Amino acid sequence: MKLIFEKSRPGRRAGRIPGPGLPAPDIPGELRRAEPPRLPEVAEPDLLRHYTELSTRNFGIDTGFYPLGSCTMKHNPRVNERLAALPGFRDLHPLEDEERTQGALRLCFELQEALAEITGLDAVSLQPAAGSQGELTGLMLMRAYFAERGEDERRRKIVIPDTAHGTNPASVTMGGYELTNVQTDPRGNIDVDDLRAKVDETTAGLMLTNPSTLGLFDENIEEISGIFHEAGALMYYDGANLNAVCGISRPGDMGFEIVHINLHKTFSQPHGGGGPGGGPITVSKRLEPFLPAPAIVRDGDGDGGGFRLDYDRPQSIGKVRGFLGPFGVFVRSYAFIRAYGPALREMSEVAVLNANYLLALLRDAYELPFDRLCMHEFVLSARRLKREHGVTALDVAKRLMDYGFHPPTIYFPLIVPEALMLEPTETEARETLDAFADALKAIAREAAEQPELLKEAPHGTPVGRLDEVKAAKRAVVRYQFEEHPDLSAEPAAAGVEAPKGA
Amino acid sequence: MSYLALTDADRDAMLETIGVASLDELFADLPAGVRFDRALELPPALTELELTTYFEQLASANQRREAHVSFLGAGLYDHYVPAVVDAVLQRGELLTAYTPYQPELSQGVLQAIFEYQTAICELTGMDVSNASGYDGTTVAADACYIAKHVTGRSKVVITEATNPQVRQVVKTYAPGFGLEVAEVPHRDGATDPDELRAAAADAACAIFQQPNFFGVLEPAPELAAAAADAEALAVAHVDPLSLGVLEAPGHYGCALAIGEGQPAGNHISFGGPHYGFLAARSEFIRRMPGRIVGETTDAAGNRGYVLTLQTREQHIRREKATSNITTNQTLLALAGLVYLSWLGPQGLRDVGETCMALAEYAKERLGLPLLFSDRTTFKEFAVRVGRNAREVVREALGQGVHPGYALGRDYPGMDDVLLVAVTERRTKAEIDRLAEVLGT
Repeated sequence: MKLIFEKSRPGRRAGRIPGPGLPAPDIPGELRRAEPPRLPEVAEPDLLRHYTELSTRNFGIDTGFYPLGSCTMKHNPRVNERLAALPGFRDLHPLEDEERTQGALRLCFELQEALAEITGLDAVSLQPAAGSQGELTGLMLMRAYFAERGEDERRRKIVIPDTAHGTNPASVTMGGYELTNVQTDPRGNIDVDDLRAKVDETTAGLMLTNPSTLGLFDENIEEISGIFHEAGALMYYDGANLNAVCGISRPGDMGFEIVHINLHKTFSQPHGGGGPGGGPITVSKRLEPFLPAPAIVRDGDGDGGGFRLDYDRPQSIGKVRGFLGPFGVFVRSYAFIRAYGPALREMSEVAVLNANYLLALLRDAYELPFDRLCMHEFVLSARRLKREHGVTALDVAKRLMDYGFHPPTIYFPLIVPEALMLEPTETEARETLDAFADALKAIAREAAEQPELLKEAPHGTPVGRLDEVKAAKRAVVRYQFEEHPDLSAEPAAAGVEAPKGA
Repeated sequence: MSYLALTDADRDAMLETIGVASLDELFADLPAGVRFDRALELPPALTELELTTYFEQLASANQRREAHVSFLGAGLYDHYVPAVVDAVLQRGELLTAYTPYQPELSQGVLQAIFEYQTAICELTGMDVSNASGYDGTTVAADACYIAKHVTGRSKVVITEATNPQVRQVVKTYAPGFGLEVAEVPHRDGATDPDELRAAAADAACAIFQQPNFFGVLEPAPELAAAAADAEALAVAHVDPLSLGVLEAPGHYGCALAIGEGQPAGNHISFGGPHYGFLAARSEFIRRMPGRIVGETTDAAGNRGYVLTLQTREQHIRREKATSNITTNQTLLALAGLVYLSWLGPQGLRDVGETCMALAEYAKERLGLPLLFSDRTTFKEFAVRVGRNAREVVREALGQGVHPGYALGRDYPGMDDVLLVAVTERRTKAEIDRLAEVLGT
């Protein structure tokens, strides 16, 4: 389909703004724009049709089942959209007088209290814009904490298991730390012997997702916690998989002192094709002084007290994002939390039930590298299909599209070859899981009988399998108007296909 | 719970299929010591109707006084968001999608990002743009990280006239990056190119804002040239809505252009979510953080779009990635794209000229002494109100007008200064009302 720029015609326009009837402003010549930007010139009906057509070429949780492991693609309640769009929230300026922002501050404060309770910790900053920024903020907190104790110079190492999301090691580098990798044992837990050998007085902390990206709860979490606490190091909980344990087990009770929460996963902020997200962090009492400023505090107790922003935080690491964070995300996620209340436990229980049910349906058709009950997600391997039929996890994923499903996460975690990582979430009906399992089983049969059907998949999508190597090699990352190249005239690029991650 | 689909019969049948007797057995791997043995202390569950009532109460608590007219800006601005933006953003296929890891099912989002990248390149005069960053503050930190790796230098320079929150975020990130931060003071509201050149002598980049936090037009081409003289990357932090009338950073020699996208198509929403944009000359593409969408074809030669240059990214490169970013702000960036398409080039110019003309009208109408009387400003300007500006704000609020931002919190010695923002949504009548309320 055409780009909006290719539909542009000189002189067309959609929007007009009122003219104030004032003289044109005087701009010094060297600062004045010489050539106007070539923005699209379109009428409003065509503008709307263009983006409506684009939407029909996209798959969301509204479209169908989306078991993208580690991404917690659950139903996005529409009431939350309506609430975030209330004029009292949508049009509110964060620098407004605090007297006029009491409702918004109360909402933030109550969300903080809920997140502290769910994670079992004491203090909260809502500021980080996403999980990865929450990670980086957590590492900054570690640094500030150890600097105050005079240990920052020697505590340079962060320990991460080999199953970790790529964001963890990337955050370690951005935070100015050094990475220590620790292995996974045959049951899918952290290898405690390997860990013990790697944690010492130079260790600042651990970053761990629990349950892990394998969907397995680490059975040795208490021992792991003991190792870090004995070494005087801190433990960071990557909340990507918090959907498994709400009301069932709390990171704070496991020994973690810093947690980030992905509001766009567990608490249902629609991810909008890649954002917005939200990555609040909760911490223990002793780390509270270092949290980003300002803090949202309540003066006095009970309903009589007012809310205000406290900028007087001398030990704070500073600001990590503008204002208080992505407030619209807070509205949606807090509404989601209030819709459940204490029954968030049931949410997590059903997420785990759905995952185990799907696992039970699929365990014979694919290989299960760690044969245990899973938590909210699980990892299968298509290794056997590859060995016997030359069909890869990527082929399986592409073929699933023809059955009307979004594929799972593939090639992650890295320790499982030909990995398929499935997270059904709590909001799916049993018959959806049945239909999906039937599709994956049918695909396993197709792999044996008609492997080319998989290798050429998908067949029913707006475009066929796309040449990612050509994309990377040519790096055409914007429309170039008259000089725009015709890539269809260029031969397919050779090379391996880029793996996908979560 | 209305968001769950399983019936009791479903649950029983599923447990049987799994081969366990109860839900509890599914959690057998959890050591007893870490099991949570009480109910979460959260308020009781609410129905949709009750939720609506409660949140409407909270929202209306933000408007306890009568509707008012606002001249508050200082980084986020009350520009008009057309209905078509909200309409597109509520398309469920776009709203409820994850990051487009599977391109064949994500052409809508991917093509939209490609179009967004094009629009940002056109606005800024740059060659490449990423798919967006968190906001206008974090993209400044991203720019520093790029500059550090490109130049190998360990200091960054930022002008004092740059948005204080942008400076704060850069300072928060800098220690982890191994960077020192130096600030260049403003002289009568603008930055002196010679001072910037001297400060940038051993710096990775020099960041300035155009128009700056005071609304003043910086001598941007000279600042870019000064940074280049020092072999530091020139980074312009720009207001997207100024770029219909003000020259694009790419046309006066900047290496990077960044900014807060909110003015273009996002509601203020108490500070977010919004999008930050980050565009660069093509030579820096492999150092860019975050997602980038590229064009390609399928086997039949059909054009399509994919996430590309992924070997920069955390899920492939892990600790060697150019950034830890995974979430960007796709939906908000899409809002920006729809907004810019709604305006078109002429509309963008109209918005810029209108804001500027109304701001000039306001300066004249208020008749208050300008803090920087010799400077040209865009849509915001600083005036002396003759007493504590916070008091002036409080009093004006009582009369239904928010007169602007009291600058004293960010700049010592400016306790009597008000930063007044005028967008195309303000009318002459509202400005007259502001003058009346301020007693001028």
